[in-house]
Amino acid sequence: MQETELNVKSSMKPASSAISVSPSPHLANTADSTRRMMLDVLIALAPVVGMSIYIFRLYAVFQLVVCLCGCLLAEFVFVRMRGRKPTLMDGSAVVTAVILAMSLPGTAPWYVGFIAAFVAIGIGKIIFGGLGMNIFNPAMVGRAFVMIAFAGVMAASGYEIAGSTVDVVSQATPMNAYKMNGVVTPLINLFWGNTNGSLGETSALACLLGGLYLVIRRTASWEIPAGVILAVLVIGALDSSGTGWTALHHLFGGAVLFGAFFIATDPVTSPLTPKGKFIFGLGTGVLIMVLRLFSGYPEGLMFAVLFMNALTPLINRWTIPTPFGGKKQ
Amino acid sequence: MYYGTVNTTLLFTLNIIYGVTMALKLEGYDGSGTFSHGIHPPERKTISKAAPIQALPTPKQVMLSLHQNIGGPSESVVKPRQQVVWGELVAKNTGFVSTALHASIPGIVQRPMRMTLSNGRHMDMIPIQLEGDIPSGQALWKEMFGGNWPTTDLDAYAPADISRAISAAGIVGMGGAAFPTHVKIMPNDQKPVHTLLVNGCECEPYLTSDYRLMCEAPEPIITGALLTARCVGAEQIVIGVEDNKVDAAEVLKRAAFGTPVKVVLLKTKYPQGSEKHLVQAVLNKQVPLGGLPADVGALVSNVGTMTAVARAVIYGKPMTHRVISVTGGGIVRPANVLAPVGVSFGELVDFCGGLKSDAARLIAGGPMMGFAFSNLDTPVTKGTSGLTVLTRDEVRAGEETACVRCGKCVDACPMRLVPTKMAMAARHNDVELARRYFITACFECGSCAYACPARIPLVQLIRTGKAQVAAADRK
Repeated sequence: MQETELNVKSSMKPASSAISVSPSPHLANTADSTRRMMLDVLIALAPVVGMSIYIFRLYAVFQLVVCLCGCLLAEFVFVRMRGRKPTLMDGSAVVTAVILAMSLPGTAPWYVGFIAAFVAIGIGKIIFGGLGMNIFNPAMVGRAFVMIAFAGVMAASGYEIAGSTVDVVSQATPMNAYKMNGVVTPLINLFWGNTNGSLGETSALACLLGGLYLVIRRTASWEIPAGVILAVLVIGALDSSGTGWTALHHLFGGAVLFGAFFIATDPVTSPLTPKGKFIFGLGTGVLIMVLRLFSGYPEGLMFAVLFMNALTPLINRWTIPTPFGGKKQ
Repeated sequence: MYYGTVNTTLLFTLNIIYGVTMALKLEGYDGSGTFSHGIHPPERKTISKAAPIQALPTPKQVMLSLHQNIGGPSESVVKPRQQVVWGELVAKNTGFVSTALHASIPGIVQRPMRMTLSNGRHMDMIPIQLEGDIPSGQALWKEMFGGNWPTTDLDAYAPADISRAISAAGIVGMGGAAFPTHVKIMPNDQKPVHTLLVNGCECEPYLTSDYRLMCEAPEPIITGALLTARCVGAEQIVIGVEDNKVDAAEVLKRAAFGTPVKVVLLKTKYPQGSEKHLVQAVLNKQVPLGGLPADVGALVSNVGTMTAVARAVIYGKPMTHRVISVTGGGIVRPANVLAPVGVSFGELVDFCGGLKSDAARLIAGGPMMGFAFSNLDTPVTKGTSGLTVLTRDEVRAGEETACVRCGKCVDACPMRLVPTKMAMAARHNDVELARRYFITACFECGSCAYACPARIPLVQLIRTGKAQVAAADRK
């Protein structure tokens, strides 16, 4: 795989001192690199982060700082323990940190985010062999861990602090208010995002803006969010509880849009082919709705994604494309 | 007034609909003018596009490789110190898939020696030291492409005679793969050919030799196409040109006026010049996996090959010269050079003003599928379409990082394969996995490796994987 440096031994060619040889192709798309993809995700996350800071003020800043410190420290420590080249600069730990922070309640104490970050990077990623090798979405592994370990903080009630200076934090999350008391939050609030919830999920608008950027840049494939949204809308429309919680409430409320664009689209843990990606999206959407409608949890995104991550190798196997010219007889 | 606005809007909309439908369908053919997947690398044809074909001053010596083509080598029929004239046979076919080789300059045969070709094969060479006369400069150009190229009354040439002339002239495909042309045109009763597709796509970035040939010498291309079609019994003749070479297509159209030869513009996309994708773009037919265009009744041949065919059949002259693009950011004076087979790459470089100080890679062929080499004494062969000299800034570089399974290689692959999985199979020597992902269908166009953001050497790994599969098959 290494390029070989050879000196030109031609008497007539003093012009060049070193010519390298390497297998074809000799050109690469210089506009694209793994770091550029990570940067794209961060750019796409900007509206989400911006809205969360606008809505949750210092709560959001606090979680971001905690998760960034946690993830970068964990990446540094674990990669060093494995004796590998430092990978801090590839940007993947930063992306995991921001997504993790945006999936936590702003009210969680510092050690929750910190532990989640360590689990995300350590158990979610490095233990499998680092970037590209992990089976499960690292941020969701970290979040699942603290959701079980710190059930009280991460449960719906943990999102509320009565009398908080930030208005929305003193209210119930829309998903929980509906699940427990049948209170339907106005669609417009879900759209703009001035409701309680995990930091990044409340504003449907911000998620759509960032998501569209990712899809247009082709950093995320459109098939995954399309599958998720389609499944949620269809099942949401079929769910005839008749309480005014419509399919659009299902879509704009909770973490569906944030998850569809930023979590389910993690390339490492989703299928390779367009067909596989769409199946993955559909499956995630169906599971979200099954958990929302039939489980004790008000939201099901995290488990839906983790479950579909586990299915990804199988989906890849099922969706090997037929080559140009068909299969050999 | 109001009515007028509506009418204009309506017309406008209809126009757009018409435009879109036309874009999806090639006029007069079943194809859409393009194929799915593929990539858009920077074309960089302007580097050498404007340079007319110039004849290289006759070199003092040529090295004729006994292996000029895919298939078996040729066998020398000359002895050291023997005098040969220009175009004299120096090596004959050893089998059917093998070609004749002729002296590309007149002179004295030297002792045979072994050299490494740009593709890495060590081959026996017949060196010839220049002695005697051969046209040079404009006269050589005239000798190759000038003269009279008939488009009518070709009935005088019987298909068997055409085939024999092509075989005797030692013609190979000049697009790069160098498959013996007389083998390609062999009649096969099971697979009759109805369409001859002449490949003027030149989809490789940088290269302009076919472009210059189409602009400057359209007549021999048309004559060669008519003769080849006559030889294989094809009723339809189509020249496919990418739409970044509209001027070349216009020249061809004018030259083809009054003949059955048609010229179509195809979307500029790499690898449009792959024969399977050319068949798809024009005829909307998929060549079966592991099959040939003949399986769907098509024959694909390059424009340069057509000129060689015309010259062989009409004038009985063998293939001794070809047009080579000398291009890239690392060459002082980019040019399109008419050079004898067997001349060293070093002489091409010298003729073009030498290498620039930041030249970093020498490539025989284009940057997507060409072979990198380091010794400028390496001789050119009949399949050498270009010498591309890339600078450090142009060359694919950057450290390989982990695959994040983004699927960009999947989107790029024109064969609709999953390159990253095949590469993974190769890394683990997993022949079963490689087969499951149809590794043998890959023709190494390099689209995946071009698109890969992690700079994984996918083509290299897939080649390794193919070798593993071949080794397992032999067991």
